[in-house]
Amino acid sequence: MNVIDIENLNFTYEKDVVLENINLHIKEKEFLAIIGPNGGGKSTLLKLILGIEKIRSGSIKIFEKKASKNLTSVGYVPQNTNVNTDFPIKVIEVVMMGHVGHKRPLIGYKKEELECALDSLKQVGMEKYSEKKIGSLSGGQRQRVMIARALCSHPKILLLDEPTSNIDAIGQKDIYKLLKKLNKHITIVVVSHDLSIILEYASSVLHVNKKAAFHDIHQKRKFFTKGEHFCEVELLQMIGNNNV
Amino acid sequence: MFDALHYEFIQNAIMAGILVSIAAGIIGSLIVVNRMVFLAGGIAHTSYGGIGLAVYFGIPIFLGASMFAVGAALLISFITLKQKNRSDTFIGLIWAVGMAIGILFVDMTPGYNVDLMSYLFGSILAVSREDLWFMLALLISIIIFVTFWYRDILAVSYDSQYALLRGVPVKLFYTLILVFAALTVVIAIKIVGLILVIALLTIPIYIAEKLSNSLYSMMFVSSIISTVFTLVGLAISYNFDITSGASIILVSAFFLVLFLLFEKIRMKYFF
Repeated sequence: MNVIDIENLNFTYEKDVVLENINLHIKEKEFLAIIGPNGGGKSTLLKLILGIEKIRSGSIKIFEKKASKNLTSVGYVPQNTNVNTDFPIKVIEVVMMGHVGHKRPLIGYKKEELECALDSLKQVGMEKYSEKKIGSLSGGQRQRVMIARALCSHPKILLLDEPTSNIDAIGQKDIYKLLKKLNKHITIVVVSHDLSIILEYASSVLHVNKKAAFHDIHQKRKFFTKGEHFCEVELLQMIGNNNV
Repeated sequence: MFDALHYEFIQNAIMAGILVSIAAGIIGSLIVVNRMVFLAGGIAHTSYGGIGLAVYFGIPIFLGASMFAVGAALLISFITLKQKNRSDTFIGLIWAVGMAIGILFVDMTPGYNVDLMSYLFGSILAVSREDLWFMLALLISIIIFVTFWYRDILAVSYDSQYALLRGVPVKLFYTLILVFAALTVVIAIKIVGLILVIALLTIPIYIAEKLSNSLYSMMFVSSIISTVFTLVGLAISYNFDITSGASIILVSAFFLVLFLLFEKIRMKYFF
């Protein structure tokens, strides 16, 4: 069964065509990288999947149901986690925001919710920081907390929007290693700029620039020795010049 | 000075000071973390229109000001949710128009020289029993709001887009915070006046934010700091016969400067 099915999706914003006839089928446990130029429609595609933008033509299905009805199975990590760092909030409280609103107690959080949040923190290796103020963490640590928040609702799919844009090189690598680990159980969809690093981890690539081109790079990767970086030239060869 | 505590109007003033400070501490925290300080300022000044109307039609000032302030809060909420880009322009407009309406109606009221200054800068010594009940009712409503809906308020304040994805009615909570801010502004008019209310909603909160690691503790600490400032300000106001609002704000500002200096020294020599 496919995790996400997108069919004949079009999106226009004030007469500008942003996305044109997008078709995409994401399989279970896939690690999909969405790449493409700025303004090419990557973030819009993500917003459409999440229901932040309304779909006007075409369809998006999550586990064969209308996307808006099945959002609880999707975990989302937004872009730019460096905003609002002065906010007086503890790491554990940020993670608990990930719980879905129903069946809540009258005041505060349930014991299971707290345990579940701590477990999510453990998965991303941040359990020691649960009582720290979010503003005192580094960019990479904060990004892990946001991933923990998304994991809190036990998602089957994890969507990340530019997860490493504000993080130093070592931190970036750590985030991708973490995603690779989570990928054993969860389908991962990452919007990213960092071509070389993402292609080391991704199993497929979607290039979005109004139109979308899908590439399964899992097979092609075999030609490269393990641990070796892709260089831009190889990348272009891999995904073909016609779409870049 | 302690003889003064026997007078009923002094007792009322102290009670009012405490009730308003706690309400301002809680709501001020929400205003600051949601970056609504300018919006709250707009509501405060617009409520002067309600005071003018109340004077003209002879209805209780609290009622007129509350209705006008809540109306302004709803309008500002609608504008900021609808049109994010130019909302500051419209808020500035509402701010000025509200005050103009107030002045117009006060002018038109025959043979009545309303003590303008008392609404602009506070007149805590004229707090009535009814005022106290109104303040208490509002404070209880605010405490109920932040106790039972804490997780929603926290989610909306910290990351509204994520809250929306998790099914929290973000717009409703945003509007409710503004409405409570409007009502808090109205009760604070008696204590510090509508010109100075914004200082009461920000100075103690700024200090509390630095000392807290959760929104809950920020509200709690703000309320305590705010109460201390208000009572010290009131004592000075009584002893030296100066306007309560001005004395409370200057006391707050003085402590803020002390706090900033202390922070600076601490950063430099200790951590």
